[in-house]
Amino acid sequence: MQLGTYELMIDNTVRFYTGHLGIHQEGYWEEKILDNSFEGGNQVPVTNENITVMVPRLTSFALSSFGDRTRGVMVNGIDPERESVLTALDKKIVKGRYLTDRGSLIAEGLASYLKLQVGDTLVMISQGYHGVNAAGKFPVVGIVKFPVPELNQQSVYLTLDEARSFYGAEGLLTSYSILLDDPSVTRQVQKEVEKQLAGTGLRVMDWKTMMPELVQSIELDYYGGLIMIYILYAVIAFGIFGTFIMMTKERTYEFGILVSIGMKKRKIQAMVAIEVFLLSLFGVLLGVVASFPLNLYFYLNPIRLTGNLAEAYEKFGFEPVMPFSMDPVIYYDQGLVILFIALVLGVYPMLSIMRLNSVKALKE
Amino acid sequence: MSMPVIETIKLKKVYNPDKIPVVAIDSVDLTIEQGEFTAIVGPSGCGKTTLLNLIGGLDVPTEGSVKVADTQIGQLREAQLTDFRLKHIGFVFQSYNLIPVLTARENVEFIMLLQNSDKKEREGRSAELMEKMGMKEAMDRRPAELSGGQQQRVAVARALASRPKFILADEPTANLDSKSTESLLDIMSRMNQEENATFIFSTHDHRVIDKARRVITLEDGKITSDERR
Repeated sequence: MQLGTYELMIDNTVRFYTGHLGIHQEGYWEEKILDNSFEGGNQVPVTNENITVMVPRLTSFALSSFGDRTRGVMVNGIDPERESVLTALDKKIVKGRYLTDRGSLIAEGLASYLKLQVGDTLVMISQGYHGVNAAGKFPVVGIVKFPVPELNQQSVYLTLDEARSFYGAEGLLTSYSILLDDPSVTRQVQKEVEKQLAGTGLRVMDWKTMMPELVQSIELDYYGGLIMIYILYAVIAFGIFGTFIMMTKERTYEFGILVSIGMKKRKIQAMVAIEVFLLSLFGVLLGVVASFPLNLYFYLNPIRLTGNLAEAYEKFGFEPVMPFSMDPVIYYDQGLVILFIALVLGVYPMLSIMRLNSVKALKE
Repeated sequence: MSMPVIETIKLKKVYNPDKIPVVAIDSVDLTIEQGEFTAIVGPSGCGKTTLLNLIGGLDVPTEGSVKVADTQIGQLREAQLTDFRLKHIGFVFQSYNLIPVLTARENVEFIMLLQNSDKKEREGRSAELMEKMGMKEAMDRRPAELSGGQQQRVAVARALASRPKFILADEPTANLDSKSTESLLDIMSRMNQEENATFIFSTHDHRVIDKARRVITLEDGKITSDERR
């Protein structure tokens, strides 16, 4: 569940903000201004079979106004078609329609503040590329709702061409966001893209570099989870040890008989070692088999959070669900750990047999 | 005169020698010959089981020695002693102690399996013994499906399976009713004669004592009488 939640958290965040990889002009990430944008068309500048979609963006700030109200906004110039693949922006429309060629999409919170409706015209002024004055009127074609308050209060979407025209930044982009089929190959794709972009002055960053706070929060939670897992291991280990102690105690008399009638202790140890191994192996396999359907059920039907917890999730931009992961590595790793614990604890019956005194054992 | 199978010299066993010493066996000199049918008798706590444990190499004497055939068993290391017991000593316990997951026949074959006997020999010997014990019909049953008397007969067959030099039986009839006791004693007596197997019992059951041809009485760890019949 913990790993499933991380996967969802990363997927949500990556899809909404940066993509798995981002391409920017060198220096843009440190100083996000239009003067640090780069020449980029609608054509994809790099190719890689793992790339699902590569989304061009021109992002900057402006002062928006309607009637007697104004507010600073983040203007995103987008390719509507590709943006919908990455962020599913078209699914967030609550009023009006999705962006096609002209007009603007504005966030619900901003629309509410400015008292804007679909069909009204948003006025924006800003400083454009290389200090030019930027001013424009944009009819509102749709209103989108974001769970993250920051985005919901200040996002405006224009088509890439309109944003470029507004900012006087013809042919420029501030970023390409890349979504990958398989997040596990991010590093490998990053290296390949870096090679293709060598000498262009563009920089490729992965989501971990772009969102260190997300990585830190996951790590913090992960180590907290590790402590929980170690506590669980300890509980399991005590359970297994208790079973082995009981098994040894209950069979002390039997071992005494076997030694008395002439069975060598090392043969009894070998017999018990096989029993311990098979018991542990079947225990682990049974655990995997028993947990699989439950895990699969929750994987297909994640636990949906409600109330304050759901609000808290939404506030941070995450879907309020606790998904489960079906990554086979989890079964493999945990199974091996438990098997290892059981086998280490299996030393106890071996030692008990080695120290067995048959006369005392026969009195048990 | 038959050759001695067991010879103990000044055999002594003291429990807790450093704290509160309890002398369980005190300077016992005993010779048991091939083919004897001997009962060691005496009140509870007189040292019967301790003497059997010392003779069987399950316990180590404080003083003295035990010689089985030509081997001083006190000089053997633990693994050697286990091997020695496997080859030369048969045990019958009060509570049968058969392996519950094995059938009666498999329990008998188990000892021979430990001795690495081949399958044909094991099957032949176990079938022969089961027939002699009157257990032919029940030889494929597990211990839980057998009565106490039947289980003890299987235990005797197991003890005889490896053709040991002697069989030590610690209170073999203690858990049996009169009929089963009678039947078991008849079988053991017959085995004694047919297979020339040496039997040494610890018992205070008068039915066993009546059947014995030699009765050794122990009191406070010492032999107080040795009667041959």
